[in-house]
Amino acid sequence: MEIIRKSTRSILKRDFKKNWFAYMLAIPVLAWFLIFCYGPMWGILIAFKDYKPLLGFSESHWVGFKHFIDFFEGPYFWRVVKNTLLLNVWGIVFGFTAPIILALLLNEIRDGLFKKTVQTLTYMPHFISIVVVCGMIHIFTADEGVVTQLLQFITGKDYSSLLGYSSFFRSIYTFSGIWQNVGWECIIYLAAMSAIDSTLYEAGEMDGIGRFGKMWHITLPQIRPVIVILFIFAVGGLMASGYEKIILLYTPMTYDTADVIASYVYRRGLRESSLSFSTAVGLFSAIVNFALLWATNKIAKRNSDVSLW
Amino acid sequence: MIRRRSIGNLTFDVVIYILLILLTVACFYPILHILLASFSNPSKLVAHSGVLFKPLGFTLNGYKLIFRDDSLLVGYMNTFLYVGLGTVINMVLTIMGAFVLSRRDLYFKNHFMIVITITMFFGGGLIPWFLLMKDIHLYNNLWAMVLPTALNTWNMIILRSGFQSIPVELEEAAIIDGASQAKLLTRVIIPLSKATLAVIFLYYLVGNWNSWFNAMVLLKDRDMFPLQLLLKEILVANDTSASTMGSAGGVVIDSASSATAYRELVKYCTIVVSTLPILIVYPFLQKYFVKGVYVGSIKG
Repeated sequence: MEIIRKSTRSILKRDFKKNWFAYMLAIPVLAWFLIFCYGPMWGILIAFKDYKPLLGFSESHWVGFKHFIDFFEGPYFWRVVKNTLLLNVWGIVFGFTAPIILALLLNEIRDGLFKKTVQTLTYMPHFISIVVVCGMIHIFTADEGVVTQLLQFITGKDYSSLLGYSSFFRSIYTFSGIWQNVGWECIIYLAAMSAIDSTLYEAGEMDGIGRFGKMWHITLPQIRPVIVILFIFAVGGLMASGYEKIILLYTPMTYDTADVIASYVYRRGLRESSLSFSTAVGLFSAIVNFALLWATNKIAKRNSDVSLW
Repeated sequence: MIRRRSIGNLTFDVVIYILLILLTVACFYPILHILLASFSNPSKLVAHSGVLFKPLGFTLNGYKLIFRDDSLLVGYMNTFLYVGLGTVINMVLTIMGAFVLSRRDLYFKNHFMIVITITMFFGGGLIPWFLLMKDIHLYNNLWAMVLPTALNTWNMIILRSGFQSIPVELEEAAIIDGASQAKLLTRVIIPLSKATLAVIFLYYLVGNWNSWFNAMVLLKDRDMFPLQLLLKEILVANDTSASTMGSAGGVVIDSASSATAYRELVKYCTIVVSTLPILIVYPFLQKYFVKGVYVGSIKG
């Protein structure tokens, strides 16, 4: 025992002598993580207290699971949980598949200039800030906006500003998200496709499968590991994603489809100063989120051998 | 047989080209629309509905209004300050962290990695974070805009992968030649990782330029607001604060009759002025971004 301790100490001593520069660099980095990432974790305790700013963190009274029960029994529990899940299901059905489809299409293009032009123009929106994107959505879905006009032309009905209808919120949110990110997100898939062994396609040609067949039977299965990893990440971010955009787009009129857990946390916590309640809601969301990530990872591991850990 | 094949091939290509062209137009048209509208005559613009193919009339009055107004200029200056200082700190901390994580022989290497990875899955959430910021006085001052976002874990891991892709032999050779670790970092590792450094530099730059949420939550004084937060008031008048009622985010309009029309025009012009710099620059940087996404996806 004594010998082991001694040798560990001498290893550390030698390591520190050799790597003292790295240790010095590590100090500010670790300090940042401890303060800005671990610091807030400590603050989660106020979910179990009745936090009063005047009393402070340690003096506020413990209330156990009161805030959680208030949330579960409150009138908005199902609304925010349902909206969060639905917006994310839409995001996965449309938003997750769109870049894969774009990558499959672009992969068929041999003309370099055309391909580059399409790519450059489709991922331009990715660099526009979320504030400006939401401003553009406001402009295009206003009474006389292009999207509103288009919708009136197609359906023959008269619409005013589309952001005022709660029935349109999910479509606006999801499809503007695709508009902004489809070009950018397809880069990863294109990179994965460029690494596919060309002999596979030659073999496919021998078997007489057409272009679509190659796409479906060769390209898609070959990029499956990338798809699975990104899918796990997408599910992992399910409860937390996109609140900035929602805060910028929703109005009390559309709360019944637009209000998600994260926007509810923001509104109740920072706007209405229900700090403990809001922290409890946030903690609930984080736990569900991690459970989903864990479950997806497990399922992916079992079915496709691809996983995060 | 060959002929039928090639006709099938041709239709396949035609369908793909048509789909891609439609999608490209759908992605690019909104940007074009904003640009065209920003030069249009405001009263014609308000009367117009639907697609624009060219500016309606021509005027630079919208841009004149913006640049005559102080609040947006102040916003610009604030943004430059936050982006400049923030990105420098981002780069320094990220290089330091990536260097530490890339040391193969460091005794605590794995412990560092665990400390960092945990934060990618667990966090305190918005409210505890906000209360902490207030407690440590990162509220309504310059550091509130810089320190909470000083590091991005994902970027640090990308850079670590970049550092690790440098051949070990090269580092050993430098050590044998008598280089200290500091010299190893500044003379060997950093110069050899220029491409990855460029990528994360651009990520940070764009991220800092576009960020607004921390500013909304942590800043109180209007004269400290970055451009994006002013844009929020002009473009997304969700909360009807007094400043957005009679003017467009501080841009005072003289004649009441055309006020509404000008308020619309100012929206288009501010979008152009705040977005065009990045949109013009990025096609030249495209290859770096692509490389960054790729490195991040295979090594992350």
